[in-house]
Amino acid sequence: MRKSFDGFLAVGGVSLTVERGRIAAIIGPNGAGKTTFFNLVTGHLKPDAGTVRLDTRDVTGLAPHDICRLGMGRSFQRTNIFPRLTVYENVQAAFLSHRGRGHDLWSRVERLYREETEAVLTSLGLRERAGETSGFLSHGAQKQLELGIALASEPSLLLLDEPTAGMSATETRETIRLVEHIARERGLTLLFTEHDMEVVFSIAERITVLHQGRVIAEGTPAEVRADAEVRRVYLGERR
Amino acid sequence: MALLARVPWGPLVLAAAFCVPAVGSRFYTFLANDIVIWALFATSLNLLVGVTGLVSFGHAAYFGIGAYTTGLLMKKLGLPFLLAFPAAGVLAGALALVFGFFCVRLTRIYFAMLTLAFAQIVWAICFKWNEVTGGEQGMPEIPYPSFDWVAALPLVGGWRTAEYFYFLTLLMVALCLWLLRRIVGSPFGRMLTTIRENAERAEFIGVNVRRYELAAFVLAGAFAGLAGGLFGIFNRGVFPDFAYWTKSSEVLIMTLLGGMGTFYGPAIGALVLIVLNQQITSYTEYWPFVLGVILVVLLFVFPGGLAGAAQAAARRLGGVRRA
Amino acid sequence: MPDPSFVFAQSLSGLTAAMFLFLIASGLSLIFGVLRVLNFAHGTFYMLGAYSCFQFVQWLGVGGGRFWVAALAAAATVALLGGLVERLLFRHLYGKEELYQLLFTYALVLILSDGAKMIWGTQQKSVSRPPGLTGASSLFGATIPHYNLLILLLGPAIALAFWFVLQRTRVGRFIRAAALDRETLGALGVNVDALYTWVFVIASFLGGLGGALISPMRATVPGMDTEVIVEAFVVVVIGGLGSFWGTFLGAVIYGQVLSFGILFFPRFSIFAVFALMAGVLIIRPWGLLGRPLK
Repeated sequence: MRKSFDGFLAVGGVSLTVERGRIAAIIGPNGAGKTTFFNLVTGHLKPDAGTVRLDTRDVTGLAPHDICRLGMGRSFQRTNIFPRLTVYENVQAAFLSHRGRGHDLWSRVERLYREETEAVLTSLGLRERAGETSGFLSHGAQKQLELGIALASEPSLLLLDEPTAGMSATETRETIRLVEHIARERGLTLLFTEHDMEVVFSIAERITVLHQGRVIAEGTPAEVRADAEVRRVYLGERR
Repeated sequence: MALLARVPWGPLVLAAAFCVPAVGSRFYTFLANDIVIWALFATSLNLLVGVTGLVSFGHAAYFGIGAYTTGLLMKKLGLPFLLAFPAAGVLAGALALVFGFFCVRLTRIYFAMLTLAFAQIVWAICFKWNEVTGGEQGMPEIPYPSFDWVAALPLVGGWRTAEYFYFLTLLMVALCLWLLRRIVGSPFGRMLTTIRENAERAEFIGVNVRRYELAAFVLAGAFAGLAGGLFGIFNRGVFPDFAYWTKSSEVLIMTLLGGMGTFYGPAIGALVLIVLNQQITSYTEYWPFVLGVILVVLLFVFPGGLAGAAQAAARRLGGVRRA
Repeated sequence: MPDPSFVFAQSLSGLTAAMFLFLIASGLSLIFGVLRVLNFAHGTFYMLGAYSCFQFVQWLGVGGGRFWVAALAAAATVALLGGLVERLLFRHLYGKEELYQLLFTYALVLILSDGAKMIWGTQQKSVSRPPGLTGASSLFGATIPHYNLLILLLGPAIALAFWFVLQRTRVGRFIRAAALDRETLGALGVNVDALYTWVFVIASFLGGLGGALISPMRATVPGMDTEVIVEAFVVVVIGGLGSFWGTFLGAVIYGQVLSFGILFFPRFSIFAVFALMAGVLIIRPWGLLGRPLK
């Protein structure tokens, strides 16, 4: 896929395939085009060239809400929750939308999908905080909640944009363990971007490295780690 | 405090409202009638502002359309209230559909400006279309619905027409508010709040934001039209200024004064504003000045409006849980 | 077929009206561009400019250039008021939701316009034209008052002066920078708070000046503020929120549409103006010369 902004080539000829049930990661230095790529996949941006396929279905250019309904879930880089709703309501909202209850103007909303919502909250360890206003949660907890919202859309493909950004080392480890566990349990296909290399190498089965909008390496963690170009880009950066 | 939350405020207030003509003078009935209609108007706007997060500067357009519809149907075509009243909602809703279609494609300030532009267009048409709307003079002498059959009934007979109309208004507004309450508390209503909280995120839990916003716009417009239909009769006449932008700002202020974060906030705002207006204009002609000062004080001290402040106080005093 | 001299006269009258609208609208656009708030009270500053000019003329008289002193003094008074309002009150609302800021400006309308009523009453006030400009000339067969001609020259002159300030002076550059990215500007050590106050002061000055200059042409009455603010909104929408020349262009277009509208379609002229506003918002929301808001 290709995408330019005012002459600046953000993503140039990036091609990526993720197999069902696998965990894949996209890494690259800042400005490599990771978030732009995600935005192209989820329909927030239209590619100048290229297509996006979910299963066998071409979803290029569809609106984000349609793509979501087809089975793609996403978390965002900046925490994206519904601040004045409670933790419970945040997750429940995703169920309400996904299960098509949005057209219901009559039922009382409180009791709907209680079990499903509580199940998701429990798996994230947020069950006790269900009644709290989500905007007041700590950053780490909000990120977990965001994951919960994405999960409640019952996706087959989950895209996570820097899921552990801003977390402490402990929180990062816990979150990533949780993510892997949930992905395996539900048979989710997972594609995530990350800055934390430990995280990436610990759970990713396949890694794609972007640099200045292009793919410079792709393969298993071992292959990527050994790749000369990748080392140059990363080591070069640290100098 | 939890006990206070259990009290069935709704039915109590309604019952109290019904008693007004019995215990108060004609003037109080008049005032109560005014308050009740504006309460509906303000609550309808809150569906847009408080629930969905869309600030409209042109809500009076639908109020005006509703008033002219009912007025025209009853005065010029002699239709009964039971037809003319719902027609106000239908026509206002239809217009909201057309206008809203264009408005929801825009965000924030542009959205607000377009709602204003459409409202001024409605006003300009009402102001100039002399043949249909009576132009600048408006349509005076809208007839009351016929209450003869009610007066003949044993228990409820013996009231004046204005009082019967008040009871009718109460019933209609209570019904509308109940419907609105159901809508706000429904899954649809919850989707609207997700749009308010974070439209980008709502989009990616599968919410077609534009379509939901349009639906909210139409519903809000329809209920505003119903309020307008009632007001035209109550006011004994329909005039172009019903759709002028200052009317929109009045209802917006009521909504904010009472608190857009709660369902009954706007209704309380309507009550407070109308009563204050009435009280203060008896002492001074400078009511706008007083209102302006009150608003400024409110903005700096109680950003959540009166209802918001009351809620915060109640929470501090001891654990009122939401049902 | 109306005769050419009549058309010419209408067009000039439209242009004259446009000059006043430009003065108010440019202030509105400036405040929106930098502070991102739509100042409902701007029409009221305009009205206060007219009333203040009336007052200064009462004290000073109109002879020997005193009208111009009065007009400038009126504009300065309004500018001072604007600065005080920003400094003491508005500043505290910056972090809050936009809606609250808007509501505050509306509350200002209520307070200031009633304040004007308290001071000057509800009877309309008029200001005589300065001596030397009381006559009229014949131009292409149409009779044009001299004062109007002067306004037609002053308008663009003020526009150019204002534009010069924006483009060439330090303050102007800061203002343009603040409109684009205020955080960075603050990080660069510029006193953004003071800048905001200055923006308010300049914008209020322009609005007040507009009111002062129009006072010899039209009666000063309560209610002129709510009427003019909607017109200013239309101008700013057509031209583009935050665009300087867009505001000028928008004012000119508005003036022409209104004056010719009244001429050919008297019943639809107000409708036409708002239909134009709606049309611009639907087709090209950022106006003719504006830039899409991020």
